[in-house]
Amino acid sequence: MKQLALIIDLNVCVGCHACVTSCKEWNTSGWAGPMSDTNPYDANPTGTFFNRVQTFEVGTFPNTETVHFPKSCLHCEEPPCVPVCPTGASYKRKEDGIVLVDYDKCIGCKYCSWACPYGAREFDQQLKVMKKCTLCVDRIYDQTLPESERKPACVLACPTNARLFGDVHDSDSEVSKLIRENGGYRLMPEWGTNPANHYLPRRKTHLKIHEDELLRSDNPLKKEGLLPEPPKEQQTLDDIYMSW
Amino acid sequence: MHPAFSVIFLTTLIGVGQGLFLALYTGQIYSMMKLLPAQDSQSFYALGSLLAFGFLAAGLFASFFHLGHPLRAWRSISQWRTSWLSREVIILPITMFLIALYGAIHYFAWTEPLFTIAKTQPIDLSMIIGALATIATFALFISTGMIYASLKFLQEWHNPLTVINYILLGGASGFTLAAAFSAYVGANVVGFYVLWAIILTITAFISRSATLLRNSRLKHKSNLQTAIGVRHTMIAQKAQGSMGGSFNTREFFHGKSLDKLKTVKVTFLILVFPIPMLLLLAAASGTISLPLTAFVIQYLGLIAERWYFFSEGKHPQNLYYQSVA
Repeated sequence: MKQLALIIDLNVCVGCHACVTSCKEWNTSGWAGPMSDTNPYDANPTGTFFNRVQTFEVGTFPNTETVHFPKSCLHCEEPPCVPVCPTGASYKRKEDGIVLVDYDKCIGCKYCSWACPYGAREFDQQLKVMKKCTLCVDRIYDQTLPESERKPACVLACPTNARLFGDVHDSDSEVSKLIRENGGYRLMPEWGTNPANHYLPRRKTHLKIHEDELLRSDNPLKKEGLLPEPPKEQQTLDDIYMSW
Repeated sequence: MHPAFSVIFLTTLIGVGQGLFLALYTGQIYSMMKLLPAQDSQSFYALGSLLAFGFLAAGLFASFFHLGHPLRAWRSISQWRTSWLSREVIILPITMFLIALYGAIHYFAWTEPLFTIAKTQPIDLSMIIGALATIATFALFISTGMIYASLKFLQEWHNPLTVINYILLGGASGFTLAAAFSAYVGANVVGFYVLWAIILTITAFISRSATLLRNSRLKHKSNLQTAIGVRHTMIAQKAQGSMGGSFNTREFFHGKSLDKLKTVKVTFLILVFPIPMLLLLAAASGTISLPLTAFVIQYLGLIAERWYFFSEGKHPQNLYYQSVA
């Protein structure tokens, strides 16, 4: 069974918020109606977003690292928000595993948002219904778009390719390989929600140099006694002196 | 969590209504068994049921203020297989209907015994409908409590004590109101209701205190490490994706200081338990106004109790919203 999901690579996310703005642009102009804002150009602006980029500082100065952390609906395989919905407005699609809200059935009781440990759902204060990431369901199947553009708006917007989209149930898909080979993980595994979205951790390449690699204890010139040890003051072109 | 007054009034008002009905029906059973003097159908049971119905109706009315689209509320009967909220929405009107029917039977005096059990206990229509309404009342208590107790990552609520507290606190306030009501209509069962109101209030105090004790020692399963998946003990939020707040910062925070929270806790512990108990004990002297005062104070205390109940719930999504910038 197909399970579409996003893979977020924290190693390359630069926190530019391009995914946030492109998500808002696409989804506020879509058939499902606007994602309303309050005081957008005034003091205390607030509004509805499907996707947000948060920033965390890890470690204590001077050994700190900045982690930009994009957060949207994780399209859980065991979504706790779906069974609690009293009207059936919240549902998970069987065919591709996308968790959606039927805005025409939602009564705005907010119970689903209480049942989501990730805070992925946001209540639209003006339209009075619960909203959440649709994985751009109105875009990824759109036959009028060229195939390369049948991806969520956030994925297309990301300048560093930190967001990838695909079927995490297909072991041979690009996203499954990335999860497998780069230590992809799920958020808050303690609740058994099995998020479909995965995050790839920060990855560092460490150069490990041993003492004997610097001193070249196995220098063949020294070993075979072919050359005498050069005098200390003599300049050499290479590291011959070092290896004696 | 952010306490919504619509839900505070819903849960406390229907609790009173349910408790009052249970008190009336318990009284009727005692009367049937000749343990209490029989009460007048119209001026006691019918009027009492009307009062209970009124509280349930007021609770239902309050609940609509919680909804973004109240006119679509009928849709919420559809997911009773999985959603406790849906179950509550179904059971609340059923309970109201059965209590109204129970009151109507008494009002029209359709209380001719249909048959007798054990050759001594006459059973009339009101006893049968009353039994059904009692089942519905308990089903409603369980549904209301389970709406909160079923959310497993709200660890303060995910506990059988949540449901027990709803039953006991609703029962205590209902029996206190029954004492006030019977004093007001001049029924000679005030002592009976006073006694049970005190017993229920003490039991509720034990279970509510046990909940407070449990929650004060609670260890939360989620932390910032599991929330963002970075294995480091020092993680500080520097931005949350918006400066002016969002639904996530409004819905899941009570927004009050810990001092205020503590004040509310002490307030409800005083208003719900000792003061009504003392007033009820004093009411044995026969003053009409004392049980009513006890009820009013206990109900005000219950509003504080429910406010505290919601505020106490710590939602794990708050881990993502610790600092604006």
